[in-house]
Amino acid sequence: MPHRMHLMVCAGTGCVANRSPEVRDALVTEIAKRGLENEIQVVTTGCNGFCGAGPLMVVQPDGIFYQQLSPKDVPHLVEEHFLKGRPVQKLMYVPPETRTPLPKMMDIPFFSRQRLIALRNRGLIDPERIEEYIARDGYAALAKALSQMTPQQILEEVKISGLRGRGGAGFPTGAKWEHVLKAEGEPKYVICNGDEGDPGAFMDRSIVESDPHSVIEGMLIGARAIGARWGVVYIRNEYPLAVQRLMIALEQAREYGLLGDNILDTGFDFDISVSRGAGAFVCGEATALVSAVEGRPGEPRARPPRLAQHGLWGKPTCLNNVETWADVPPIINNGGAWYAQIGTEKSKGTKVFSLVGKINNTGLVEVPMGITLREIIYDIGGGVPGGKKFKAVQTGGPSGGCIPNELIDLPIDFESLAEAGSMMGSGGMVIMDEDTCMVDVARYFLAFTQDESCGKCAPCREGTQLMLDILTRITDGHGTMEDLDALEEVAKVVAETSLCGLGTSAPNPVLTTMRYFRDEYLAHIGAHKCPAHVCRQLNTYRIDPAICVERGHGCGVCRRECPEKAIFGEKNQAHRVDATLCNKCGTCVDVCHFNAVIVE
Amino acid sequence: MQLETVDRIIQQHHADKTALIAMLQDVQSEFTYLPQEALVYLSRTIEVPLSRAYSLATFYRAFSLKPKGRYSIAVCMGTACHVKAAVKILEKFERLLHIKTGQTTPDLNFGLEEVRCLGCCGLAPVVTVGPDLYGKVMLPKVDQIVKQYQKQGARDAKT
Repeated sequence: MPHRMHLMVCAGTGCVANRSPEVRDALVTEIAKRGLENEIQVVTTGCNGFCGAGPLMVVQPDGIFYQQLSPKDVPHLVEEHFLKGRPVQKLMYVPPETRTPLPKMMDIPFFSRQRLIALRNRGLIDPERIEEYIARDGYAALAKALSQMTPQQILEEVKISGLRGRGGAGFPTGAKWEHVLKAEGEPKYVICNGDEGDPGAFMDRSIVESDPHSVIEGMLIGARAIGARWGVVYIRNEYPLAVQRLMIALEQAREYGLLGDNILDTGFDFDISVSRGAGAFVCGEATALVSAVEGRPGEPRARPPRLAQHGLWGKPTCLNNVETWADVPPIINNGGAWYAQIGTEKSKGTKVFSLVGKINNTGLVEVPMGITLREIIYDIGGGVPGGKKFKAVQTGGPSGGCIPNELIDLPIDFESLAEAGSMMGSGGMVIMDEDTCMVDVARYFLAFTQDESCGKCAPCREGTQLMLDILTRITDGHGTMEDLDALEEVAKVVAETSLCGLGTSAPNPVLTTMRYFRDEYLAHIGAHKCPAHVCRQLNTYRIDPAICVERGHGCGVCRRECPEKAIFGEKNQAHRVDATLCNKCGTCVDVCHFNAVIVE
Repeated sequence: MQLETVDRIIQQHHADKTALIAMLQDVQSEFTYLPQEALVYLSRTIEVPLSRAYSLATFYRAFSLKPKGRYSIAVCMGTACHVKAAVKILEKFERLLHIKTGQTTPDLNFGLEEVRCLGCCGLAPVVTVGPDLYGKVMLPKVDQIVKQYQKQGARDAKT
């Protein structure tokens, strides 16, 4: 007898960290205890994308959505909902504005405003069972591509779709495939770039964790189109769950004859190996990645020749990002024209963004290109928490830039982001509020790129260090007006003369913050003040004695936590900071429950 | 030094020179670092210059030439964690363990490092200790984490 109810428990990295396996086990135990095991099935799925509210569970077929579950909620939940048919309101999502619980997943704006193509199977299948992928039309596109289409037709379909590389640069995928198809040399290779290095982006991890077969199928179709026999998935070793699920998926695909020799009896041979990254941001750059796959240090090289002509082992190679590959099967299934209907004139289809930072609904969202920042941040993301003011959104990771509040109605596509001085990048969106200092953000990214610069070319190696030095001076309160000019000049040289994308885009965070938030730079230099009180060396700390005594009763948590022992006071009495001992770390502000510490 | 372990790793990769990075990763996870002996032995056995193994060992962040702690504490310094003040978490670990980032405690119990984004930005700020992941870590939680593994370390030492 089929089960009357399916409990889809999220087992993405975020939910697992929030102990979702314990919730699943508790559900299985409780359901067995009540003798419901033939009626209700517990399924573990990949990431749902609403990672801030985990552990998550969706009850099918009704689509009831539960969040922040813990094992102790389980007995009550099973009794009320699954036995008595009364969904439990206190475990539902409550929108901050109305305070009325929303029972159904599709009523929650975070989910209802999305359009899922790359993430089409998220939360719906068990990623460790190929049968479930197949049941959702998995490998149908492969069958179609192998039996009903010529390689040229596959290529045409991808070209018509207007799909562009989801890894950041937005190169037209069809054109890239065509270059490889036409290039001379055998054998040809396909590579999947899963070296998701941008801090704040995790769509590739989520896709591989929740739907690894979609990537494998995309690579198979690409390989057929360009005539490749071998493929490689290069994936970060920091993503152990993704690596594990990918390995399982590859093994199952081989068992089903979907990888290996004579696939689906069409004479097509193809197989995929996995290369685990060893921790180097620069390996996300295509030529550096190839170098790493070949077992060498991941240093980029000058292009041309492009990978299409001279790639892995010197042979024509087609490299695409995880999300790009996952987009291919629906395009083949539904036709390129279908995909091209979605999005804007030059940026077709959907894009997955990771919405993180100072935002209510943290998570992964897939939306049509052309949607405005406002829709993403307010309608889907639920705005900035704590009644704070939205200041900027950083897109594109260390290669991108900060887009200010004034541009919040900007439609998101490759061109408009580039015009604003940022870039699409891999799709990370870090939301910043009034408590974020834009000079500090620029310094943060420069520290990142300086550290991750491979050191091969001088502009990037020396230039990022020089920019970082200047920014550090400014955030320490020692900056001058000449520093600003120097910063701009160095930024331009690095952008123009670096060898690879890491260097040419490294100045973007600096240039955009200087363009949109020049007043913050001037405040640091002229008034020696950090308006957001982030740059610690410019802050002074004192404790409001009245608040400390009346509300906090001199609780002393600041005194205990202060690393420099710079806070003095007795219980029930006002505490005070000794400015000569204070190292301005700001710990006291974070630990005080009564907001008694005043930053000036 | 158990060179049999290195031998086993080499065999698992069919002594394939192009799999050198993967072999180093396995050696690293087996010994928590790349012992000099293992590097020399590995490069001789699969006939690649030691300089190449060394260049990989020093280029990639995942490799260490010094022993790492039994419990490797990694504080995420991704953008989402940064805007949620991850640096204060890191500094608190430094104070509690009396080591700087990148160092290991003298008893080899704890190593402390900062990592790039772990891809669970929804849980920022994030800390991992070996395979265990902790999300939304606030300062008092740092004491708990250290205590928990100190206890566990003491238990493991007894058994």
